Amino acid sequence: MAKPEHEITWKELNVGCVIDEPGNAASYRTGDWRSQRPIYTKDRCIQCGTCYVFCPDMAIKIIQEGYVEHDLYYCKGCGICAEECPTGAIAMVDEEE
Amino acid sequence: MATKVGMEVSLAAAEAVKQANVDVVAAYPITPQTHIVEHLAELVNNGELDAEFIPVESEHSAMSVCTGSSAAGARSFTCTSSQGLALMNEIVFITASLRLPIVMLLANRTLSGPLSIWNDHSDVMSIRDCGWIQVFVENGQEVYDHVFIGYRVAEDRNCLLPFMVNLDGFILTHVIEPLEFLDQEIIDRYLPPYRPLYSLHPNHPVTMGAFSTPALYTETKKAQDEAIREAMPYILKGWQEFGDLTGRYYHPIEHYKTEGAKVILVTQGSLGETASIAIDSLREKGETVGLVKIRLWRPFPVHEFREAVKGAELVVVMDRAISYGASAGPLAMEIRSALYAEEERPRVVNWIAGLAGRDLSPEDFLQMIHQAKERSDEGYEIYGVRG
Repeated sequence: MAKPEHEITWKELNVGCVIDEPGNAASYRTGDWRSQRPIYTKDRCIQCGTCYVFCPDMAIKIIQEGYVEHDLYYCKGCGICAEECPTGAIAMVDEEE
Repeated sequence: MATKVGMEVSLAAAEAVKQANVDVVAAYPITPQTHIVEHLAELVNNGELDAEFIPVESEHSAMSVCTGSSAAGARSFTCTSSQGLALMNEIVFITASLRLPIVMLLANRTLSGPLSIWNDHSDVMSIRDCGWIQVFVENGQEVYDHVFIGYRVAEDRNCLLPFMVNLDGFILTHVIEPLEFLDQEIIDRYLPPYRPLYSLHPNHPVTMGAFSTPALYTETKKAQDEAIREAMPYILKGWQEFGDLTGRYYHPIEHYKTEGAKVILVTQGSLGETASIAIDSLREKGETVGLVKIRLWRPFPVHEFREAVKGAELVVVMDRAISYGASAGPLAMEIRSALYAEEERPRVVNWIAGLAGRDLSPEDFLQMIHQAKERSDEGYEIYGVRG
């Protein structure tokens, strides 16, 4: 999207609110929904990739040597990664902290 | 010009859909619309109409199919009545928000309960705010003509809105009338092939019916409301050009003997013809009485209505639906609201009448006009109710 949605006027909408720019859901910052964020402790990580498999939003990226990184632009803070991690390498903390 | 042929109005409506060369018909039979969909099934089956006829399992599916096919760029048609409209309700609103130019004939029938198959306007009034262009017709010729007018207006790039034609169940659908059929050449001149602004095609992917957040929803609704308001000149253009080709001109508000009228009766739909007989007899006695018929219901022609009743002292509005617990019937509410800002406004007396097929004769209209002179212009009364 060229503009953030809170700046779009009614005159700028396509007829029938058709979206003719494919894939623009990628610009939607679902990270805004988060009330808790994941804290990753690399020392405990055994590079198993379980968190990557379970993340429902593809918000975990595999980086070098199988370690992972959370993409906080999309991460909604659901905590599934922390729940599934076999070594406790991911913990959820409140956003205010 | 073509000669007149006697035909049941439902069959003529189906013939019009054929002549409009629709691509998709999806409809579920329901009394009193059944003959329209039956005849369309025959026309497709015997090869007269080259269209997909989709025998859906419900009206909800009928409108869903038409929404999908229209989104894919097909000229799409459906028709229903009463409970059928109630069942398709959810999709009717979505079609308008997607700005898809479907034409629907609504054979007006009362809503249950009690169960009844007879005619009034409670079905259409239940979806008054659905965002479709909504017109009322008075006779079979107007039904036939408005199939073409409907597509022409709906598909106009300046409109792109679905178009609903209200025809009274049984009173019109099941009556044989002398009708003038148009030559295909005239229809083809009036109604060019549908060229959608957006359509669902894998080579040009678009999203229709996306989610809207609170940050944008108000803007989407403003855009939709402006669209139907701005459709008005193109609706008028559709009627004007149809008149130029056929000699039959239609207007958002139809007048009958309103010159100098102090009392004006307001009707919607086929009972306008009956009411006109009452007006004739009062005019013969020298009373300055006229009739105004609301053809265009949405967008409501506020300006044209104010002009139509200018100079009148009493406006007698006949509603054919109840808005339970409201200040008046749906039409009278609209009219009182349209006149509120006028410095000199007539009294507006409201009758609810002709519910679920209860007959109204010219004598009844005389009674309604006569009694209205003594009645308060607040609230409403149900005409002829016992007890």
